[in-house]
Amino acid sequence: MPLSATCGEGAVGARFPLFGWYDTLKTTGNRVSYTLDSTLDSVNTAEETAAQMAGKAGFADEDRDRISMAVREAAVNAVLHGNTYDPTKKLRISFENTGEALVIKIADEGAGLKVEDIPDPLAPENLLKQSGRGIFLMRTFMDDVQFRRLQPGTEITLIKHVRNDADRIEEAK
Amino acid sequence: MKTSTRQLDGVTVVDLSGRITLGEGSVVLRETVRDLIGKGEKKILLNLGDVTYIDSSGIGELVSAFTSVRNQGGELKLLKLTKKVHDLLQITKLYTVFDVKDDELAAIRSFKK
Repeated sequence: MPLSATCGEGAVGARFPLFGWYDTLKTTGNRVSYTLDSTLDSVNTAEETAAQMAGKAGFADEDRDRISMAVREAAVNAVLHGNTYDPTKKLRISFENTGEALVIKIADEGAGLKVEDIPDPLAPENLLKQSGRGIFLMRTFMDDVQFRRLQPGTEITLIKHVRNDADRIEEAK
Repeated sequence: MKTSTRQLDGVTVVDLSGRITLGEGSVVLRETVRDLIGKGEKKILLNLGDVTYIDSSGIGELVSAFTSVRNQGGELKLLKLTKKVHDLLQITKLYTVFDVKDDELAAIRSFKK
């Protein structure tokens, strides 16, 4: 049975699964951050944690699925393309509920992602390519996606705004 | 992910269940289709009715399976998409690339004789 931890007072109050491969877990206010190994297990956990955080932030099922998928794609990008499964390189993930949005940052220690070099996966000549859809899916499913070069690595910030009741009524019109 | 295959009127139906994601799911799909091509099977129907989740790696594996079978002169079609998978193929503009069917018998009949 996996261990678990609960965020402290003032945090989002979500329960997170904790497995042996977590190097660190930090909670500060409404922010939770992890440092993880560059493995597929870390990808799966990032996805599961995103779903939990999105649920706690009040997102409906469809948005929760979209957020967790965007996080999965970003984590895959970091583990596979960034850190190339290198056991000496880590994956850093943070989740922050600002009250207005869920802000997720995923950073690797790889050579650095050149977003401008990634071809449009919807272009007819790229439709049958096996890869290249991850960042497109992140942009489709989130309200904002930002990229920042690190030394070394890349940080991807995924933002999904929390819609209040007034927003939902306006959208329904 | 789990797969099982059955033959129906000259068509190999592959029933898939679970997640097609980077790692095990994608590898299982790749090896299943590769084995079928190796055996000379050229009419393949992937039943995705019990596939609960596909990520971009899984989508890539479906595309790869489609082109591999087509390059061998065969046909690969998809059967029974869940809403999630349907939406994903719509978003990625692949829905019209694949021949997608809802009814198994109609799908079987749609393969070239």
